[in-house]
Amino acid sequence: MEKAVKRYMPIFVLPTFFAFILGFIIPFIMGIWLSFCEFTTVTDAKFVGISNYIEALKDTVFRHSFWYTCLFAAVSLIVINVFAFALAMALTQKMKGTNIFRTIFFMPNLIGGIVLGYIWQLIFNGILAKYQTALGLNEWYGFWGLIILVSWQQIGYMMIIYIAGLQSIPGDVMEAAQIDGASGIQRLFRVTLPMMMPSITICMFLSITNGFKLFDQNLSLTAGEPSKMSEMMALNIFNTFYGRTGWEGVGQAKAVIFFVIVVGIGLIQLRATRSKEVQQ
Amino acid sequence: MNGKKKQALSLLGTGIFTVIGLVYIAPILIVLMNSFKKKVYINKEPFKLPVEKTWNSIENYVTAVDKYELLSAVVWTIFITVGSVLVILVCTSMCAWYITRVKTKFTKALYLLCIFSMVVPFQMVMFTLSLVADRTRLNTPWGIIIIYLGFGAGLAVFMFCGFVKSIPLEIEEAAMIDGCTPLRTFFGVVLPIMKPTYISVGILETMWIWNDFLLPYLVLDLNKYKTISIAIQYMKGSYGRVDMGAVMAALILAVIPVIIFYLACQKHIIKGVAAGAVKG
Repeated sequence: MEKAVKRYMPIFVLPTFFAFILGFIIPFIMGIWLSFCEFTTVTDAKFVGISNYIEALKDTVFRHSFWYTCLFAAVSLIVINVFAFALAMALTQKMKGTNIFRTIFFMPNLIGGIVLGYIWQLIFNGILAKYQTALGLNEWYGFWGLIILVSWQQIGYMMIIYIAGLQSIPGDVMEAAQIDGASGIQRLFRVTLPMMMPSITICMFLSITNGFKLFDQNLSLTAGEPSKMSEMMALNIFNTFYGRTGWEGVGQAKAVIFFVIVVGIGLIQLRATRSKEVQQ
Repeated sequence: MNGKKKQALSLLGTGIFTVIGLVYIAPILIVLMNSFKKKVYINKEPFKLPVEKTWNSIENYVTAVDKYELLSAVVWTIFITVGSVLVILVCTSMCAWYITRVKTKFTKALYLLCIFSMVVPFQMVMFTLSLVADRTRLNTPWGIIIIYLGFGAGLAVFMFCGFVKSIPLEIEEAAMIDGCTPLRTFFGVVLPIMKPTYISVGILETMWIWNDFLLPYLVLDLNKYKTISIAIQYMKGSYGRVDMGAVMAALILAVIPVIIFYLACQKHIIKGVAAGAVKG
């Protein structure tokens, strides 16, 4: 069979392969190479070694965006997962209307980042106006605004994953714990949580990488106001590329650093929680 | 616990969640309410219901459609989303079937590259990708479909591969022995079995492409084509006075198709998310 299929390789693989080369492989390799060059367009690229990286690390705004992003990812990771887990627990109880509630909580997830940002900008500025201030005046307003925004957006998504996980716990395990006299809290920590580790791994992985990669919401809610203090890494990279001519090389170096950080954090997170998973 | 107490508790739960649910969708309702107000009143008193003095009927929607060409943005967004998702589904499922059934160094490498591409943040390739798109004249709504195929291939190939592995080889072999070409085997036998995966992948890709902002912003020729997210960003981000009324109307016009899509295939969306997470 393999031989017969092999002859059809151009039809089956080439369209995707061609697009993948064009849309991913070439830009990726070019990106690595250009991070060592000075350029405005590719044709005038000149090799400059690691000076772009040095420039990027010297940039105080970039360093600030790094810490700001780390803090944001950590806080959003906790807030989203705690609430999503609690909602999943509540909405798997016997209660009327659980399906409608699940539908409602999931809905914001389908709205795009730009639209979300402007919806919440109206609301936050409406509230802050009562105290004679605005979202763009304090970096921490922007920070907590973004936390509320992404929580609103992602809690429903993570809730769905947690519900799927809860439903896959075999009923007899829970029953056995109950017969052995385990209290509600004991059952949560000794049975439910260990059995849920695969779902927890996925949700934590998704929320932490989403936190690091956040761009649209950041752009539309605060656009980095006040004076780039609420700028996260992705937005900082974008502004380096398109905000200052001559800085494209530095922007690309920042992008490579960003890529390494995202992949590294994802891997560390996966390893940390995978080790706590139990065999079912 | 006796029956009555349980019933009361469940009723209480439903009550509490009804309130939380209403708070949860309040942001969308507030924007909807403001979209019918005159623009000067929106920033001043965003939480007040429109009264006779502030009522603007559907004028904001007319402005958004007439002055900001929102309708053409909606049409282009639909075109790009539907086109890209269809192309992604057909091409990547064929590719995934081939690379699972034919084991060579090439297919193994391609599979690993696809997984790798899923973790690379877009900022890493955005600058070079927009250069490639410009150079190859893929900066049209038709061309961007190829870019989406390339950049979205990772997740799709990965999910399809996971499913193909679970299909017993015997079915395909039987079809081949009966004289089917690989193409007929794929479209006649494999494709119908994979229907649930098509729906899952289709939904995940639709959610991504419909809401995507940065990729079309960098790739498309913005003088000719805009998507909804880009159009809204232009309305808000342009210098001078922002017409808040038109922005509110635009936000609602962007949200309506999403809600219709969601209510129409809610069950599949929730299943797709759960399936995507388990494999991811």
